[in-house]
Amino acid sequence: MSARSNILNKLRAGLAGTTPRPDDFDEGLVTRPWQYAPEDRITRLRSLMEAVHTEIHQLTTEQWPAKVQELLERRGLKNLLYAPGTDHGQTLSEHWQQSGAAPELLAYDRPIEEWKEELFWQVDASITGTVGGIAATGSLVVWPDRHEPRLMSLLPPLHIALLKASEVEDNLYGMMQKHNWSAGLPTNLLLVSGPSKTADIEQVLAYGAHGPKELVVLILEDA
Amino acid sequence: MSQRIPVKELTDSFRGRAVGALADAQLRTNFRVAMDSLMKKRADAFPDEEEREGLRELGNHIKARALSRLPDLLEQLETRLTANGVKVHWAETTEEANRIVHSIIEAKQGSQVVKGKSMVSEEMEMNDYLAERNIECLESDMGEYIVQLDGEKPSHIIMPAIHKNRFQVSKLFHDKLGVDETEDVNELIQIGRRTLRQKFLEADVGVSGVNFAIAETGTLLLVENEGNGRMSTTAPPVHIAVTGIEKVVENLRDVVPLLSLLTRSALGQPITTYVNMISGPRKADELDGPEEVHLVLLDNGRSGAFADAQLRQTLNCIRCGACMNHCPVYARVGGHTYGEVYPGPIGKIITPHMVGLHKVPDHPSASSLCGACGEVCPVKIPIPEMLQRLRQENVKSPAEQPKVKDGGAKYSRKERAIWRFWASLNTSPVFYRLFLWGATRFGKLAPKNVGPWTENHSAPVPARRSLHDLAKAHLNQGDR
Amino acid sequence: MSELFYDAAPNATRVAPERPKPRVYPDKPAEVTLFGTCVVDLFFPEAGLDAIRLLEREGIRVHFPQEQSCCGQPAWTSGYVNEARDVARAQLNLLDNGLPVVVPSGSCAGMFRQHYREVFAEEPDTLKRVDDLAERTFELTEFLLHVCKVDWQDLGQPTQIALHTSCSARREMNTHLHARELLGKLANVERLDHDHESECCGFGGTFSVRMPEVSGAMVLDKTRSLRESGAVEMVTADGGCLLNINGSLEKQKQTFRGRHLASFLWGRVSGEVKS
Repeated sequence: MSARSNILNKLRAGLAGTTPRPDDFDEGLVTRPWQYAPEDRITRLRSLMEAVHTEIHQLTTEQWPAKVQELLERRGLKNLLYAPGTDHGQTLSEHWQQSGAAPELLAYDRPIEEWKEELFWQVDASITGTVGGIAATGSLVVWPDRHEPRLMSLLPPLHIALLKASEVEDNLYGMMQKHNWSAGLPTNLLLVSGPSKTADIEQVLAYGAHGPKELVVLILEDA
Repeated sequence: MSQRIPVKELTDSFRGRAVGALADAQLRTNFRVAMDSLMKKRADAFPDEEEREGLRELGNHIKARALSRLPDLLEQLETRLTANGVKVHWAETTEEANRIVHSIIEAKQGSQVVKGKSMVSEEMEMNDYLAERNIECLESDMGEYIVQLDGEKPSHIIMPAIHKNRFQVSKLFHDKLGVDETEDVNELIQIGRRTLRQKFLEADVGVSGVNFAIAETGTLLLVENEGNGRMSTTAPPVHIAVTGIEKVVENLRDVVPLLSLLTRSALGQPITTYVNMISGPRKADELDGPEEVHLVLLDNGRSGAFADAQLRQTLNCIRCGACMNHCPVYARVGGHTYGEVYPGPIGKIITPHMVGLHKVPDHPSASSLCGACGEVCPVKIPIPEMLQRLRQENVKSPAEQPKVKDGGAKYSRKERAIWRFWASLNTSPVFYRLFLWGATRFGKLAPKNVGPWTENHSAPVPARRSLHDLAKAHLNQGDR
Repeated sequence: MSELFYDAAPNATRVAPERPKPRVYPDKPAEVTLFGTCVVDLFFPEAGLDAIRLLEREGIRVHFPQEQSCCGQPAWTSGYVNEARDVARAQLNLLDNGLPVVVPSGSCAGMFRQHYREVFAEEPDTLKRVDDLAERTFELTEFLLHVCKVDWQDLGQPTQIALHTSCSARREMNTHLHARELLGKLANVERLDHDHESECCGFGGTFSVRMPEVSGAMVLDKTRSLRESGAVEMVTADGGCLLNINGSLEKQKQTFRGRHLASFLWGRVSGEVKS
């Protein structure tokens, strides 16, 4: 008898003669307290994220590349990891060419094994898109794919995220339903709600534990 | 308050360890301050009583629904995960689980493992098992890293190093890592970050726990603030997740309220910095992520708790730690006093199923049944009811067939006889009133030293006349 | 007690009981039974008598069945369920007369109202009588407040007190709220909060003798917190806590003391000055 069958048999024995409990999920409990007027959504997301040291700028879709350049130059950063296969990646590299920005654009275009050491120690910043945000908890939804792999938003000490204002939902439940997550999730889906932190020593909050020390969110007004 | 009991007699028991902890002023201060802070954070995160209670009830129902279908959901989880490319393994004991983990690492000729936070791996004593086989297993959660460096076990399930203050951590880093001492918590964290970063890079295998395993989609959901969980599950070429069989929930949308309950109950946060949902290894066209993902499902006594409908509720636990944060016993003695993997109220009710009551005979009675734990449990486990039931199982005779592993650990003919006597006294009005008469008339002759009671109290003296007497006189009655 | 909701099978997975609705209180009755509790019986009988006086002052005839002893809680919480059941059955029988039962202790009232269902879980035929008793059981302060709707004049001197509520009274019977409201009706009494007010005093019945070190640490903290509140004395509606706290204060040779709430209330309302 395998461990699998032993375990399942024991559990089934414990449930002999019973019927499963009904599904009485009340979606009101996870939506009603967490609904906002459209004009308040961004305000709420912003205040929650800023409370945990996220830097936030609200910009138009034209302004953001220059802002990225400014963010890097102000910090004296040498490079920026980006995804050339995405629309925002294209826009960024066009701006970089036109403005002659100093930081080097690095493309995450080969498997991690080929440049792990460099990715871990020598990349100063990255910029990724998002598939939306959640106002109730102040969260970004990051959906890694072959253009923007998982570690892009984790390794560099500075992560810049582009968030479209029109893609901010009220709450996680609404987000899941609207985009039908249960029909198919990516290999890795992330909710990111601030820069990395820990309170493991005396409950004193310290930022930049293992993930990015800084998270900058550029909210693009496009609605 | 003096110590009458020779400590060496008790050191191997809860009481013995408690005596030591109570005498440690630094520990008591650390815990008191920390627990007060965590209680306040939770209260601030649930300002609306109606919202909080409605959500707790929903959480309770979601877990009950999952448990009522547990074997089916485990099979569904396995099917979905397998379709997603995740290998699923089953282990009845921690020994089996360790063997599975080891064989996966061995197959990759791995020698360096990096671990995100996992209490199940503590149950397995995985670090020791692997170290004995020349595999380094390094904790990457800051708190776990600190306790591992000091050769200790975690003292809290969410904040493993809560028993240490910054000076203790600074000295530890100085002694073990050779760095300068510093009182600056930020600097201490940066030291940890730099040291562990290289380990994430080099690790052959990453190990993690699982907060929720979702059957509907075949997804493992992990929460964290630091980023080490994402590192451990993404950077190394192999990811092994270990979890208890009770962590599976039915649907993706079921995690929404559970997530809110977990982060608000544990740390007073609306959400953790990262919520990491893993549904498979690296796909062919992806550039990072582990090439292999494994899930080890561990029983280790959970099916024993499951077998009894009343005790099954113990398995609702989502490991938030709120119970221990609110426990007046835990706040005074800290996690190590419990001597086992899980401390606090949840520790008291789950450990007997895992290791047997004979190993933790004092667990069920290490509580005043104040009920603070049950009041805050986000999934409404009736913890005091569980404790009372375990006490019952603890004093059963072999003939009464205890339902909990190694039940009857505290069975005592003598004690049973005392309670039988107490019962006959309290069911015989004549004898009861005779007892009252004796106690009140001769109360002053009562001994001044009545064992444990008089260690902390003056000797109790019965009143000169019982209420039975006074009432009778006042109401001028015979019987009734 | 966790209820079986959907499935009547004994091994069906349980959910938490529904949240209790606010209690609907009956009109003031003509007669009640007083269940004194074993701790009050032996250690604070005056408090039991003061409870009777408070009820009689409201025009109620109080019965005190001499056959009463203990609610069974000490055995129940120690795991000796058969012994607890025997004692509980005896009380259930003698209280089976339809009269409201008033109890000067939240933990014993809670035993009747909540735990007797667990004690007799394996005797479905007894459960109807258990539910009937639960319906008729009132802790003293809630009875005075919500059934008698007392209207008191405070005949005592201005004073400041701290209120301690036993954990089971607090969590099972909301006694802390009733006691606060009752004390609020006394014009010359100021109630002061004390640090960690909702934390256990460390009694827990047999806990205080099984784990005396931890219990001792808890009562030391509680007594310090009560003394530092600035109050002149402590009042509590629970005899067990009172034994624990006063016993510790005496051992510490402190002058601060606690009193049973029933005695305190009677003193203020009757004008009698007790030493």
